[in-house]
Amino acid sequence: VNNSITVVVLAQAVLYGTPLLYAALGELLAERSGVLNLGVEGMMLVGAVMGFWTIQRFHAPTVLALVGALGIAALAGAAMSLIHAFLVITLRASQIVSGLALTIFAGAAGLASYLGNDLDLADQPARHSFRNLDVFGLEDAPIAGPIVFGQSALVYASWACVGLVVLYLARTRPGLNLRAVGEAPEAADAMGIDVTAYRYAHVLAGGAFAGVGGACFTLSITPQWDAGITGGAGWIAIALVIFAFWRPELVLVGAYFFGALTALAPNLQARQITNAPHEIFDSLPYLMTVVVLVIVSNGWAKRRLGAPAALGLPYVREER
Amino acid sequence: MRIERRLEQPRWLSLAVPLGSLAVASGVMAAVLGATGHDPGHTYRRLVDAAFVAHGALGGTFTFATPLLFTGLAAAAAFRMNLFNIGAEGQFYLGAIGGIGAALWLGGGSSKPELMAVTIAAGAAAGAAWALVPGILRAFGRTNEIITSLMLNYGAAKLLEYLIYTSHSFWRDTVSPSAQTFPLGKTLPAVAQWPLYGRDPTVPFGLLLGIAVAAVLWLLYAKTRFGFEVEVIGDSPRAARYAGMRTRRKILAVMGLSGGVAGIGGAAQMGNFDYALDPRGLQSASYGYTGIVVAALARYNPFAVCLIAVLLGGLQNAGYTLRGADFPSGLVGVMQGIILFCALGGELLIRYRVRIQRLSRGGPPPLPAAEAQP
Repeated sequence: VNNSITVVVLAQAVLYGTPLLYAALGELLAERSGVLNLGVEGMMLVGAVMGFWTIQRFHAPTVLALVGALGIAALAGAAMSLIHAFLVITLRASQIVSGLALTIFAGAAGLASYLGNDLDLADQPARHSFRNLDVFGLEDAPIAGPIVFGQSALVYASWACVGLVVLYLARTRPGLNLRAVGEAPEAADAMGIDVTAYRYAHVLAGGAFAGVGGACFTLSITPQWDAGITGGAGWIAIALVIFAFWRPELVLVGAYFFGALTALAPNLQARQITNAPHEIFDSLPYLMTVVVLVIVSNGWAKRRLGAPAALGLPYVREER
Repeated sequence: MRIERRLEQPRWLSLAVPLGSLAVASGVMAAVLGATGHDPGHTYRRLVDAAFVAHGALGGTFTFATPLLFTGLAAAAAFRMNLFNIGAEGQFYLGAIGGIGAALWLGGGSSKPELMAVTIAAGAAAGAAWALVPGILRAFGRTNEIITSLMLNYGAAKLLEYLIYTSHSFWRDTVSPSAQTFPLGKTLPAVAQWPLYGRDPTVPFGLLLGIAVAAVLWLLYAKTRFGFEVEVIGDSPRAARYAGMRTRRKILAVMGLSGGVAGIGGAAQMGNFDYALDPRGLQSASYGYTGIVVAALARYNPFAVCLIAVLLGGLQNAGYTLRGADFPSGLVGVMQGIILFCALGGELLIRYRVRIQRLSRGGPPPLPAAEAQP
C-alpha cells in the first residue's frame, strides 16, 4: 500500500508543504497586525542561504548544527523583514512597493545570490540535513505510516507552531491585542496598546518564520544551495494566507494541498502514467493558486471572513 | 521631533529627494561593499567606466535599457491607477513569443517595415492578452491582481520552456547543426531584424520606439480624460464611483495597455537583440521585475522612466561586463534594492515635513505656527 502513488504523493505533499506552511504562518502574523509583506520570497531565500551557510561552516553534532542553522535562518529572515517594517511602519511607505522592493533586494537576483556567491556555497551537498524520523516505530504502518509518522523533525515542529499560533490568536492577551491592532488600530491605541511595537514585533516574527521556511529547502527538501531554490514558494505562501481567510488551521490544509500539487508532477513522470509535457504539471501549483484565489475572492466567503480591516494602511496617530 | 503632512509639495523637492536618495544609497552600498571585503571606490569607478565611459559601453547600456524602458513603462502605466500588475515579466515573454512568431511566420517574403510593424503588433497583442487574464479576474471577480499576475509569470516561463525544450513547436530550430546538441529557437531572417543606428554609441530602434511609447503614455495620462479618470480611480476609488466613472472598463483598459507595452518590449528584445527565443536567457535577465524598480524610482512618470531605464540599464550592463569573482552576481540586484529602499524612505520627506522642536516642561508643546494658516 505504501508504495501506491496516492500514499507517496501525500507523504511528499507534507514535505513540500512544510516551507509553505512556515512562510504562510509568518505572513499571517504580519498581516494580522495590519502589515502586508510581499517580501516573503526574498526573506525565504536569504533564510535558505544563511541556514545552508551555517550548516556548512560550523562544525557541531548534527542536531546542534541543524538547530543552529534554523536559528540563523530565522534571524536572517527577521533582519530582512526589519527593513520592510522600518519603511512601512516608521516611514509610512507604500506596503506593496516596499514588499516588492524587498523581494527584488533579497531575492534570487539579489542578496541571496550575492551571499551564495560570496560565501562560495554553490555545488556542494549539505553536511547535515533533516532526516525522516520513525515516530513510535510506526513508519511502516499502512497509509498513515509514511504520511504521519515518517516525516522529519521540521514537519513536527511546524505542527507545533500551528497549534501555538492558533492558541496565541484565540486565547492569549497579546494575541487578542494583535487582532485589535490589525482590525482597528485607533481603538487599540486608545486601549493603551502600542500599535507600532505590535506591528514591528509581528513583522519580525513573520520574517523569522519565512527564514525557517526557506531553510526547509536547503536543509531538507534539496539539501544544497541554488539561487532560485524556492521557485516562487514565497508568493504561494502569500496567496495561502488569503485562501485560509487569515486562519492558521486552514493554512495547514492549504499548504498540504499545494504540497500535493508540487509532488504530483515528478511522481506521474517517474511512473510513466502520463505522456503529457511536464511543464503542464510544473505550472500546476501556480495556475491552481490563481484558480483558488478566484474562488475565494467571489461570493459569500469573502464577505464573511475577510482580511484584517486595517491591512495595508499605515497607522499615524495624528491623522486618524 | 514631529512629522507632519505637507499641505503642498514644493516642486524642487521632487527632484532633490530622489537625488538625495541616490546619494544615501551609494553610501549604504559602499558600506555593504566594504563589509564584504571589496574596495567601494574602486568598484564604483569600474562600474561607471563599464556602464558609460568605456569604448562601446554606452551602446551596451542602451541594449540593457531598451527592455527595461518597456517593462518600466508597463509597470508605471498600471501602478498609476494603484493597479499592481507585477506580471510584466510574463507579458514580456508572451510579447517575445508572439512577436517573433509573427515575424517567422511571415518569413522573408515581406519588406522590413511590414515585418517590424507585424512584430510590434503581435507582441503587443500577446502581452495584452496575457495581462488581461488578471485584469478580467480583478475587474469581474475582485481577485487580487498582484498574486494572479505574478503566478502567470511562472506559467509564461513554463510555456517558454515547453516551446523550445520539450516540444517540436514552430518556434524551435530543428534544422541547424548546433540545435542538434542543444535545443535552440529559430533565428529571425536578416530582413526581419530591427535596425541599429550609428556607431559608438549604437542606438537600437527599440530604444527610440520606447521613447515614443513614453511620449504617448505621457500624453494619455496628462492630457486626456482617460488619464484623468485613471488618476482619480487610483487616488480614490469611491469618489470615482460616485462621479460615475466606469472602474471595470478602466481596469481592463489599463491592464491591457500595461501588458501591451510589456509585450512590445518582448518583441523588441527579439527583433532588435536576441533574434531567437532563449528561455534561460530571458528568465535570468528578469527584465519584468527590474521594470518595477525603474517605475518606482521614476515615481511613475513616463519621461523619468526613460532616464532611470538608462541608469539601471547601465548598472546591469556593468554587472554583466564585470561579472566574475570580484563582482559576484546578485550585486546589481542588491544595489537596485538599496536604491529603491532609499527612494521609498525619501518619499516621506516629499509628503511630510520633519520639524524639530523642544518640548517645554510642564506646559503643552507650542503649536506649530505654519499649520494654522492654509
